[in-house]
Amino acid sequence: MSLWKYSNPSKFLTTSERILPWVWTLAAICLIGGLVWGFFFTPDDYRMGSTVKIFYLHVPAALMAINAWLMMLIASLIWLIRRHHVSALAARAAAPVGAAMTVIALVTGAIWGQPMWGTWWVWDPRLTSFLILFLFYLGYIALWSAIEDPDTAADLTSITCLVGSVFALLSRYAVNFWNQGLHQGASMSLDKEQNVANVFWFPAVTCIAGFVLLFVALVLYRTGTEIRARRMRALLARERAVA
Amino acid sequence: MIALFLRDLKLAIRAGGGFGLGLAFFLIVTVLVPFSIGPQTDLLTRIAPGVLWLGALLACLLSLDRLLALDWEDGTLDLLATAPIPLEAVVTVKALSHWVVTGLPLVLAAPVLGVMLNLPLEGFVPLVLSLLLGTPALSVIGTFGAALTVGLKRGGLLLSLLVLPLYVPTLIFGAEAARRGAQGLEAGTPLLLVAGITAFAAGLLPLASAAVLRVNLR
Amino acid sequence: MTLTVTDLTVARAGMPVLEGVSFVVAPGQALVLRGPNGIGKTTLLRTLAGLQAPVAGRVDGAGEAVAYAGHADGIKATLTVAENLTFWARIFGTQGIGTALAAYALEPLADRISGELSAGQKRRLGLARMLVTGRLVWVMDEPTVSLDAGAVEMFASAIRAHLGQGGSAVIATHVALGLEGAALDVSPFRAVLPAPGSDAFDEAFL
Repeated sequence: MSLWKYSNPSKFLTTSERILPWVWTLAAICLIGGLVWGFFFTPDDYRMGSTVKIFYLHVPAALMAINAWLMMLIASLIWLIRRHHVSALAARAAAPVGAAMTVIALVTGAIWGQPMWGTWWVWDPRLTSFLILFLFYLGYIALWSAIEDPDTAADLTSITCLVGSVFALLSRYAVNFWNQGLHQGASMSLDKEQNVANVFWFPAVTCIAGFVLLFVALVLYRTGTEIRARRMRALLARERAVA
Repeated sequence: MIALFLRDLKLAIRAGGGFGLGLAFFLIVTVLVPFSIGPQTDLLTRIAPGVLWLGALLACLLSLDRLLALDWEDGTLDLLATAPIPLEAVVTVKALSHWVVTGLPLVLAAPVLGVMLNLPLEGFVPLVLSLLLGTPALSVIGTFGAALTVGLKRGGLLLSLLVLPLYVPTLIFGAEAARRGAQGLEAGTPLLLVAGITAFAAGLLPLASAAVLRVNLR
Repeated sequence: MTLTVTDLTVARAGMPVLEGVSFVVAPGQALVLRGPNGIGKTTLLRTLAGLQAPVAGRVDGAGEAVAYAGHADGIKATLTVAENLTFWARIFGTQGIGTALAAYALEPLADRISGELSAGQKRRLGLARMLVTGRLVWVMDEPTVSLDAGAVEMFASAIRAHLGQGGSAVIATHVALGLEGAALDVSPFRAVLPAPGSDAFDEAFL
């Protein structure tokens, strides 16, 4: 019992509908608050000037690009092991959101890279990894939409997600080997000594929270849509079978 | 299993195109490169390892959609799934015969094309070694893609979209080994890594390929 | 090997088509499945062959004992008749294709390229394949399609010989084969789909 009861589609729909307005609101508050705080109430960086402020979009989007894939991986595993349809549909719902996050990270990175490195794009390991991640998202989404039977699609995409995760990780190490890059190391982490001052840190954390909430809201919403689409399909199939 | 392997080879020979097509494609791609970037010898020398690797990779990709689709259409896969051979072995044998028909000829042809692209003398051994170690991984990964898309009517393009990102690590290490070799650098590490990827893919991916094949068969 | 099917539910594309199917086929027996097109005979046979998992219920005594013949014959057009049969004999680890060729009068065609055969001849080759599997439980889906009267008689006598050697068979066909054996009309087992809005519908999405 416990958490698994939300694997029932009806239960999931009623619960998600109840909490969605709250998640949307919180996401909006955090995003607007964090971005306004970051853009207008923090000092310019002494080296990077005002360009540093794109950081408040770039870092959260990059984090969510990876986290979305992780979430899909976990949802795929749950589908493969426990066969909860909601789980498979949640993975499907998260993929376009993750792909969009990857694009945001890449675009904001390019905009930031232009004044900093003097170029929109370099074949830096981090940038390249994100590009590869984007290709994985594309393949995953294309596979979902190519297969007629939803259960078959769920099985095949889940296994693809598993295999893709392993190869995405391999690619990450491969591109590191291939080219040491320009990109700075992770500037924010919880365990290492902080190299971001508190004045930047708090709005950044607010933005990250906003992106996480936005992701949760989008995935809940899209999963609901997928459930309804799936139900409609089932009803139509049922009608055909009974007729 | 040996019977399956021999049958696939026989089919490849009888059908005519099997051995020749991939090779011809490899040749064409390599010949088109000087046309597209110009005939400067020093530039060709520098990019030769990468071009040859990319050509080999695309030639491998070309034949993937027929790898399992033919056996799917005529019902052979259904019958193989009920045969005493596990599907994991079937997909491994399929990958192996794909490599023998497609990958191995590419490895053998690569030095000839290397001459045409002015590959330096010390680059030949690392190039052939890297292809020899890397192309089996391309076949194994490709078999996974083929198993994934076998039930789809127009799976060819999707197959490329799914398989190409999976080819990235193999391509990076393989081409890196060939490039280092051509520049007279030590190529041992990338060669080991590409061998590692092949071993890893050959060991684990057949499980995934068989799993998706079972899903597609039901 | 006795094939026992207990309370089996099978699904096609996620939709249950037949439910509560139970029967026993002992060695030496044949069971003929009947029922209108689209009722789920093929799905049931594929489940017996282990190609898909049952939604509910059990299949015992199948597994490695089953030889399956579906709509497609698994024939390679560029191989000869003998090569095709030899391939399957080696896959199933049996020896000799002589009896299989003889049973369907394929000897004169043995060295012909399979792609040149007529539809009926291909079907005979596909049925001859069952003989080289050495398996005891034959699961066959519409085996007599595109066979002429003579070939149907060859098939019936191949089945009788197989049953005589302790084999068994489950055959979906609309043709009278002249076999003494049970016939099972699967129409009464048509699955009742859960009502929309019920928990079962919800959980399964059908």
